[in-house]
Amino acid sequence: MQAPVSPHDGSGRSDGAAVVELRGVSVIYGRQTALRDVSAAFPPGAVGLLGPNGAGKSTMLKALLGFVVPSQGEMRVLGLDVATSALDIRARLGYMPESDAHIPGMSAVAFVAYCGQLAGLPPADAMQRAHEVLYYVGLGEARYRNVETYSTGMKQRIKLAQALVHDPDLLFLDEPTNGMDPKGRDEMLELIRDLAHNKGVNLIVSSHLLPDIEFTCDHVIVMDKGAVATQGALDAVRGPQGRVFELRVKDGAEQMLSLLTAAGYEVHDTQEDVMRVFVPGAAGAEPIFRLAAANGLQVRHLKQSVPTLEDAFARAVGAD
Amino acid sequence: MPIHDQGYQRYAGDRARTGTAWQVIARAGIRTVLAERKFLALLLLAWAPFLVRAVQVYVAANYSQASFLQPKGETFREFLETQAVFVFFITIYVGAGLIASDRRANALQLYLAKPLSRWEYVAGKMAVLLTLLVSVTFLPAMMLLLVQIGFAGSFTFIANNIYLLPAITLYSLAQVLLASFTMLALSSLSKSSRFVGVMYAGLIFFTGALFKAVQGITGQSWLAWLSPSDALEQLGDAIFRLPLRYDLPLWAAMGVVVGLIVASGVVLERRVRAVEVVS
Repeated sequence: MQAPVSPHDGSGRSDGAAVVELRGVSVIYGRQTALRDVSAAFPPGAVGLLGPNGAGKSTMLKALLGFVVPSQGEMRVLGLDVATSALDIRARLGYMPESDAHIPGMSAVAFVAYCGQLAGLPPADAMQRAHEVLYYVGLGEARYRNVETYSTGMKQRIKLAQALVHDPDLLFLDEPTNGMDPKGRDEMLELIRDLAHNKGVNLIVSSHLLPDIEFTCDHVIVMDKGAVATQGALDAVRGPQGRVFELRVKDGAEQMLSLLTAAGYEVHDTQEDVMRVFVPGAAGAEPIFRLAAANGLQVRHLKQSVPTLEDAFARAVGAD
Repeated sequence: MPIHDQGYQRYAGDRARTGTAWQVIARAGIRTVLAERKFLALLLLAWAPFLVRAVQVYVAANYSQASFLQPKGETFREFLETQAVFVFFITIYVGAGLIASDRRANALQLYLAKPLSRWEYVAGKMAVLLTLLVSVTFLPAMMLLLVQIGFAGSFTFIANNIYLLPAITLYSLAQVLLASFTMLALSSLSKSSRFVGVMYAGLIFFTGALFKAVQGITGQSWLAWLSPSDALEQLGDAIFRLPLRYDLPLWAAMGVVVGLIVASGVVLERRVRAVEVVS
């Protein structure tokens, strides 16, 4: 049996041991299977939970919080069994839900302090921490306003503040940039990155937005249709075992697409006549040129690019 | 250094053990309600019958020609029956939004992501309503007893009616538990506190009217079980050693009260969840 991670040691790190582990977990809602025999290990640091809507990301977080009981499988968070130690886990965990959520009739500072007290902080400490985290998330000037008067972006920030107030060792962030404008989104991502990399808080960021995960996380678990499609360190998942080329041909994009697909290459049609071609191994662009020349097609643009998480995601979930 | 780098520190202070969060919920709920002037006015009004009864006790104790006002055991029963009106209004005012507002604001998932169980959450909400209802039932009734002792200058009345202490306690408890459980269960069923208030008033008035109508037609008063309020009155008569007003057996009256409390508990168990699963 794995030893629990020492509580509130100031770092929340677990010496490389998985912060969250799932073994053969299935969650069924009525006739709908939301999670299908999921096994995954979340290492310390920032881990992205990536997948399209309905992939089972939120369900996984809710199962880890003890909100839904799996029909089978075992889950451990910070070394503790979710089935038997849900309250101990929640004392060390912060949760930022996806949907708009607040305690009605309270100002921001009262709301965050109240959440701190619910998590076990003494009233004076909870109030002090509430002021601190509200400044940290950028709501310092608006902290005496009623939460119900907040904009969507501010509501996202206050959800982060209430998740942070008791200084958790592990944060679950469910779609943290939902509904935010570009500037607010960038600021939120900076905060998440700072928490993970400078403040020693372990994070699980659930998102369907690839750039968010790429910017904030070191590891990624890709989910699709209730199962884990792929998982690992971000660099490893991006895939070093090949190269991605941006390709544009003159008057024959569809033909080239068919030819490349028939030749066994992974091709993703990105925009209009530009396609991204994944060439495995170290072969480079030569096979693409040869294929184009053999079929009388003119290559107008060919540029090597770093394989992005989008490529890995598309490969993992089998998207076109 | 960016501001956020200066603003966030790790926390190394004390933390309460799990199992105490219900007190936080209760304190915050009571504080919020007591900050409302409308509620304070209602609370003051609920203490008006106490003042009237206190004057009655004073006059009876000091003027021999007003000895007919001398309090009896029945006086305390009547006092608590009067307070039932305020129990009704306070239950609606305070209780209707206790869970409904949290459901409307999706707050349940925030509460239950903290180290507190569903029952702790319910206990916290229940404590808000129970405390305020006790403050208009048990508390003034007990104070009335003390006032009687004070004005009479002797313990004779209380010694002759010693059963009043457990009777007031038991009946007040039945009154506030029934109201609190029923209201919290209704509050967990909706996101609108107004609708919950209407449902509660409807439950009280409809069942009462139904019983009166059926009794009027059949002439049978054992049908008082149809109305929880009347079943509670029957129970109150028995607790205060007064003649029973209906033919309803005591076990049946108790069954209605306990049954409604248990049913409310079942509703709360099913409705107070962080995740609402729609199948």
